[in-house]
Amino acid sequence: MKTLVWVEHDNAVVKDATLHTVTAAAKLGEVHLLVAGAGCAAVAEAAAKIAGVAKVHLADDAAYGHALAENVAPLIVDLMGHHDAFLAPATTTGKNLAPRVAALLDVMQVSDILSVEGEKTFTRPIYAGNAIATVESTDAKLVITVRTTAFEKAACEGGSAAVEAISGGGDAGLSSFVGAEIATSERPELTSAKIIVSGGRALKDAETFEATILPLADKLGAAVGASRAAVDAGYVPNDYQVGQTGKIVAPEVYIAIGISGAIQHLAGMKDSKTIIAINKDEDAPIFQVADIGLVADLYNAVPELTGKL
Amino acid sequence: MKILVPVKRVIDYNVKPRVKADGTGVDLANVKMSMNPFDEIAVEEALRLKEAGSAEEVIAVSVGPAKAAETLRTALAMGADRAILVETDETVEPLAVAKILKAIMAEENPGLVVLGKQAIDDDSNQTGQMLAALTGRPQGTFASKVVVEGEAVAVTREVDGGLETVKLTLPAIVTTDLRLNEPRYASLPNIMKAKKKPLDTKTPADYGVDIAPRLKTLKVAEPPMRSAGIKVPDVDTLVAKLKEMGVA
Ligand SMILES: Cc1cc2nc3c(=O)[nH]c(=O)nc-3n(C[C@H](O)[C@H](O)[C@H](O)COP(=O)(O)OP(=O)(O)OC[C@H]3O[C@@H](n4cnc5c(N)ncnc54)[C@H](O)[C@@H]3O)c2cc1C
Ligand SMILES: Nc1ncnc2c1ncn2[C@@H]1O[C@H](COP(=O)(O)O)[C@@H](O)[C@H]1O
Repeated sequence: MKTLVWVEHDNAVVKDATLHTVTAAAKLGEVHLLVAGAGCAAVAEAAAKIAGVAKVHLADDAAYGHALAENVAPLIVDLMGHHDAFLAPATTTGKNLAPRVAALLDVMQVSDILSVEGEKTFTRPIYAGNAIATVESTDAKLVITVRTTAFEKAACEGGSAAVEAISGGGDAGLSSFVGAEIATSERPELTSAKIIVSGGRALKDAETFEATILPLADKLGAAVGASRAAVDAGYVPNDYQVGQTGKIVAPEVYIAIGISGAIQHLAGMKDSKTIIAINKDEDAPIFQVADIGLVADLYNAVPELTGKL
Repeated sequence: MKILVPVKRVIDYNVKPRVKADGTGVDLANVKMSMNPFDEIAVEEALRLKEAGSAEEVIAVSVGPAKAAETLRTALAMGADRAILVETDETVEPLAVAKILKAIMAEENPGLVVLGKQAIDDDSNQTGQMLAALTGRPQGTFASKVVVEGEAVAVTREVDGGLETVKLTLPAIVTTDLRLNEPRYASLPNIMKAKKKPLDTKTPADYGVDIAPRLKTLKVAEPPMRSAGIKVPDVDTLVAKLKEMGVA
């Protein structure tokens, strides 16, 4: 089987999500990559070095710079003429793009796979991860999004794939990019961090969240996450949300502070290696999944913890 | 313009789903069912666009069993003008739902279709993007802001790095994220009024759509269980644990 993997990048560097997706693709067959972007030749060069990659397709065109699905999907559909499976990471880019490709190919997508069980058989979470379905595709081609936390990263060195420039239809004339507010931070990225400190509704407001959670995260070199309640209340931006409908994370250590542990939140973090919870309610559901629990008022416990580390 | 809002009847988000003992699925017998939360947000957004004068009519659509009519009545009680139930007892996958919606779009010519980004039962996150593909229209997924500007719509999207804004030519497909709005509750008088609003019943065959599933579900299992660990009495013990783990 020949697979085509969507390379997630910012026109400069290959994002880690790609490396996890390559691992999933390699379980199915030969791995080809697609780098679509604007001024992204350096990305293709880096992608060609990923271990196990046989070929890199490079589509460099202003129309692909922001990965607009309307422009990129036809390009992928063309390439699927000689590939059997298309895989993208289950990032917001992958989730936006892959179903558009699937429908154009008249294929039912397999979303968010956790494992490859056979040529066309996969497991995937349903009902916020409260059930795991094993599904078999009966379509001629496969379109898949990959839960990155479920697959190891492929090595980013060791490969020497050829890069082939391709061109597609360019701008479909349906949509245009207006602008973005992308936060830049010195902190590790949520989805690749080893340690995450997350805060919930109990953090009261943006200032309190910052004053309480950030010093602890800084001490630990951790990324910062949040519950939906904390995001909705405006303590932190939307990209901090961990959960069923936010980011899926699986760090070595996840510290949940003032988070009750609703199923939608657990869906995003319960595969963390060690879960630590600080909550003043000893019956909070978060304690049912926590390896280490501290029943305490966070406003005493967190500053004390930060001070003693 | 008209706005089409597809709404799905799903397990209520407050219910903890239980896997059936025979591994064929999740037990939905006697379980509270509700409108998919993202679809409530979609209905609300459509109503706000209508109230702002950007749309004249809001049509709710559901593909599902006869009981999905209740979900449509909820949409009508919130303020939708009429509803279409595409009735079937089969499980309909996103691709087939998108094909049915495409056929309805061809009949109704909506300027916007506003869907939820994800149904909280199958967690597919596909239908809107598929509908956009099948109709050759642009898509604004995971919307946190929707502004109709003449023949176009500006959609601000929740993306992994933050927010991104795209401009789409109408007709367009939009899928909602959590921060788009806070859905209203239906008032009692509006619930009464909704009973008299038109609700058409159709079948997938009326639209010529083959809904045979493409994915075979071989098994549904419980996820690996995490067991509760220990409770530490104080911060000092927590610090000691963290040191043991090599974290601090
Ligand atoms: C469609 C849908 C999708 C959703 N997706 C997500 C998602 O992706 N991610 C997500 O997180 N949620 C999601 N939710 C929301 C979820 O259901 C919960 O509402 C949310 O996770 C609750 O956030 P919280 O734990 O911060 O707040 P709460 O549930 O209010 O919990 C606050 C906790 O703080 C504790 N506390 C209060 N004061 C203190 C103190 N001084 N010291 C210590 N502890 C204290 C309380 O005991 C309580 O346990 C979703 C909901 C829906 C309907
Ligand atoms: N059976 C259905 N009936 C009506 N709308 C649906 C149905 N299935 C999915 N949708 C719509 O598509 C969105 C995404 O669903 P999904 O792709 O299944 O995650 C939902 O939020 C609904 O707006």
